[in-house]
Amino acid sequence: MIREQLAVLQVVIPLLAAPCCVLLHRARWAWWLAVAVSIACLAIAIALTAQVSAHGAITYLLGGWAAPWGIEYRIDELSAFILIVVSTINLVTILYAGRSVEQEIDPDRIYLFYTGWILSLTGLLGIAVTGDVFNLFVFLEISSLSSYLLVGLGRDRRCLTAAFQYLVLGTIGATFILIGVGLLYMMTGTLNMADLAARIPAVADTRTVVVALAFFSIGIAIKVALFPLHMWLPNAYTYAPSAVSAFLAGTATKVGVYMLLRIALTVFGVRFSFGDISLQHVLLVMAVLAMVSGSVMAIYQRNVKRVLAYSSVAQIGYMVLGIGLASATGIAASVLHIFNHALMKTALFMVLGAIFYRIGSVALEDLHGIAKRMPWTMAAFVAGGLSIIGVPLTVGFISKWYLLVAAAQQGWWWLAAVILISSLIAVVYIWRIVEAAYFKPLSNAAQDAVEAPLGLLLPTWALVALNVYFGVDATWTASIASRIAVALLGTPG
Amino acid sequence: MQAFGLFNYWVVVLLMMTGLYIVTASPNLIKKIIGLNIFQTSVFILYITIGKVSFGTAPILVDGVSRYSNPLPHVLILTAIVVGVATTALGLALVVRIHSAYGSINESELQNEDAADS
Repeated sequence: MIREQLAVLQVVIPLLAAPCCVLLHRARWAWWLAVAVSIACLAIAIALTAQVSAHGAITYLLGGWAAPWGIEYRIDELSAFILIVVSTINLVTILYAGRSVEQEIDPDRIYLFYTGWILSLTGLLGIAVTGDVFNLFVFLEISSLSSYLLVGLGRDRRCLTAAFQYLVLGTIGATFILIGVGLLYMMTGTLNMADLAARIPAVADTRTVVVALAFFSIGIAIKVALFPLHMWLPNAYTYAPSAVSAFLAGTATKVGVYMLLRIALTVFGVRFSFGDISLQHVLLVMAVLAMVSGSVMAIYQRNVKRVLAYSSVAQIGYMVLGIGLASATGIAASVLHIFNHALMKTALFMVLGAIFYRIGSVALEDLHGIAKRMPWTMAAFVAGGLSIIGVPLTVGFISKWYLLVAAAQQGWWWLAAVILISSLIAVVYIWRIVEAAYFKPLSNAAQDAVEAPLGLLLPTWALVALNVYFGVDATWTASIASRIAVALLGTPG
Repeated sequence: MQAFGLFNYWVVVLLMMTGLYIVTASPNLIKKIIGLNIFQTSVFILYITIGKVSFGTAPILVDGVSRYSNPLPHVLILTAIVVGVATTALGLALVVRIHSAYGSINESELQNEDAADS
């Protein structure tokens, strides 16, 4: 009985828990509820993944209304994979938030913080399960509105302007997606993704459908923070509370890449997006610019959180690059990097949160010599940093390897060179931080620092361990990514 | 005739561009939110226009009428209006907090204060 309802429970449980969180009102109780919900979400995501791999895609009709009229939830391997990524990162960061948030948010606002967090989770999971484009827009707005709130709850007043900037750009992006939905409805009279996919080829040569894809692409590109539409990301990640930066870095942009794959390949179809329109060329150019400029910008930042934020811009470039290659290996690399980058970037943001917890700053000059005081924390940073660079035995290597193979298959050696150059620049910005933390004399700010509390250290190291585990044994992730890529591309042509 | 038939769409484009222009050009945060609202409203009009069927009436069952306008876009846009209201409320709440933290809601003054901080 309950097995058939799992698809909707994935969204309904966090959605109902959010108002309960307000009612509980006490910070500690709200946190326990959030932890319980996160565990339930991860359990459901795992159960759904098991069902999908055993019996194929799951279809759930909301309220029992048949598909083109009612809202349909549809979970295939790609959706299940995204559910796993989001709910894993969410569980780890919510465990971490328990300690981290105590210091960074006013105590009487903490229950509201967890309410916003759970709502954001609802939206992100909803985007992955839904099979209806309008429903996708609604879930996108649920997750976006609550993430503006989360960013705006930081102690530093600059988080307010960052949240406002994020709100303006995010709303423009979401409204573009809404226009795309409207134009598609105009041409086909349906909102269901499977139904749209069947009807679009008949009207594919109209200007309206082409414009719809353009609106979708730009709207999603803003949400993904694809260069040059990334302007909201560095400030939002830098000034948000540490736990929020870790959570958003591991989930929000990843779900954005999922939307890009879903809309471009499932809804519009490979033949239209890659054949008639050649969307891949546009994505390729933006991705290459993002990889290089994001990495270069990261070198010149004084605030270490901002270094990681610009590094995210570059890493988003890698994910989109995989789509831009328009081949099975490329898309597999993109899907792999969604998972891998979530693991490494979240771990790195968690390290910075732990440092902030002890010394109240993440400016590079305050981090001088910090490794002597917080050896375990900085060791986690080094492990995550190696993964960003793409050193073998870390997950970063796996995704870069797949990207290089995909580039080589097309015979684009210049692209392989760009990937390597961007990785070399990553060595520079990671090394700057490692050098400061290990080899510089102790800064004044770090004089009295001690090792981070276990409540922060354990979740961080759990992610680092996953980083190494999936870097050594990538058979599960790689095989699932290849199957997803083949399913998305369908019959080549 | 063709241009006149597309009157609603011209209005949509005009409002959309006006809204986007205000968002980017005005330094005042409240005006930015007003611009954002105009921008969103243009999309509401787009949806409502899509729902109109030539010579169709309101979708209420009446004897002797067989042609109805499509009610679905109206329903969709009700949801989008709610989202728009929520966005505006959150945006204004942020502006209130920015004003109490910085004493200004002018973008360039905010940037000057931030530059002085760091």
